[in-house]
Parts: sequence; C-alpha cells; structure tokens
Amino acid sequence: MKPQPMVLKVLNVVSVLLFLAALGMVFLYAPLEATMNYVQKIFYFHIATAWVGMLGFIAAAVAGVLYLIKHDQKWDIVELAAVEISLVFFLIAIAAGSIWARPTWGAYWTWEPRLTTAAILEMIYIAYLLLRQGIDDPDRRARFSAVYTLVGAISVPITFMSIRLFRTIHPVVIGTNSAASQGSFDMTSKMLATMFFALFAFSVIFVNLFWHRIRLGQLAQQVEQLKLEELQ
Amino acid sequence: MIEYAISIKYMLAGYAVILTVLALYIVNLFIRWRNLARDLQTLKEIQKKSL
Repeated sequence: MKPQPMVLKVLNVVSVLLFLAALGMVFLYAPLEATMNYVQKIFYFHIATAWVGMLGFIAAAVAGVLYLIKHDQKWDIVELAAVEISLVFFLIAIAAGSIWARPTWGAYWTWEPRLTTAAILEMIYIAYLLLRQGIDDPDRRARFSAVYTLVGAISVPITFMSIRLFRTIHPVVIGTNSAASQGSFDMTSKMLATMFFALFAFSVIFVNLFWHRIRLGQLAQQVEQLKLEELQ
Repeated sequence: MIEYAISIKYMLAGYAVILTVLALYIVNLFIRWRNLARDLQTLKEIQKKSL
C-alpha cells in the first residue's frame, strides 16, 4: 500500500487545527445564549455533524450512480466509505441533540417529525451495512448497495425538510420556526460566524476521514485479492 | 431559563459524547488499517515462499 500522500498529511494537520479552532470559537468567542446558556453550545457541533452526515449520504448515492454507470469496484469502496463516516457523524448529531433536548424540552427523546425521520435515516444506513455483509459475490453486493443508497438517499431531503413541512418542536436554524418549536433562539453575528466556521471545519474533517476510509477500503480489497490468489 | 449548573452539566455531557465517538472511530480506523497492513505483509511473504 502506498504511503500517505503529502496532501493527505497536510489535511490531517489542517483538520486537527480546524477542530481545535472550532472548539475555541464555541467556548471563547460565541456568546452565551440568554435562556439556555451553556447547553446551547452543543448546537454548533450538533448542526455541523448533522450537515456532514447528510452530505455523506448524498455522496454515497452519487458513488452508487457512478458504480451503476461504470461497474467499477472503486465506486463501491467510495460509497461504503461515505456511508460509514456519515453514520458516525449522524449518530453524534442525534446523541448530542438528545442531550441538548433534555434540559430544553424536558426529555431526551420525543417522536416528533425531525427526530423520527433522523432515527429512520440512521437505521436505513445501519441496515445497509448489515445487508451488505450477507452478499458474498462482490459484483452483486456492489450493485445491490448502489441501488440501496440511491433509494436510501430519498430519506435525506425528507429529514432535512421535516421541520419545515410539519408542525414540530424542533427549532429551525435558518428560516421561520413553527409555533410549537421549543429551544429556538435569535442568533447574533458571533453565533452565526461560529456556526459557519464549525460547518466548514467539520466539512474538512469529513473529507479527511473520507480519504482515510477510502484508502482502508482499497487496502482491504488488495488483501482480499491476495487471499483469493492463494486459494487458487 | 435553565439553571447554570444543569446547563453546564448537559453541555459537558454533549461534548464528551461528541469527542468520545469521534475518537473511537478514529482509533477504529487506525486498528483496522494496522491489521490489514499486517495481513497484507503475511500474504506477501506466503506468496514469496510458494514461488
């Protein structure tokens, strides 16, 4: 396996620095919100992880389309990498959101539209990983996965739009809140700057982890091929 | 308004979860990479011996 390219090494350092800078902005630069005070600071990383989670699920669908067009296993590796990382980020978003909800809504979880669609989205892609493992033939597995990610991606806009389409207690960050929304707040310019910086930082971290995960997939493929050669 | 002590407690819990899950995933990636690299090395050695 080739050593890490210089760009990836630079990206590793940049990702760590951006992560630390985002943490610094959250705790030292963003002002304290008047009603929720400290717990509101979860919001910056909650939004950022949810954003990269959804971005990855869309990226997986794009890789799925490319596989169906080109029938090249490399797109299956890319697709799996995108799904796996997105699952991790989306899980963080759900867990952080639940912790924020406890003092704000009085409950960790409530079956309102955003939380329900987010939970369904996460489960759709957990099922993707489980179902993939049940298919031995690499081409069949890749074809199935490509179609699955395409269909699964439909749940991404549904989850994103759920707080705008339905009556919900989940606050809308950009746009008009539902009358039932609880925990919404007016963002100051410093809060907005912190939110966009966290979005940017996590996007870079996502690209970095994505690259590492693709390399891991390539290495796994190489090992698998050698094992098959040994058996023949 | 949420009490400061309660608010700080939940904020710390939130960030603990975020950092722990991220760290666990990165460690998981590293371990999987190391194991695969070891497998690759072993397989290459077996192939060399069989030639």
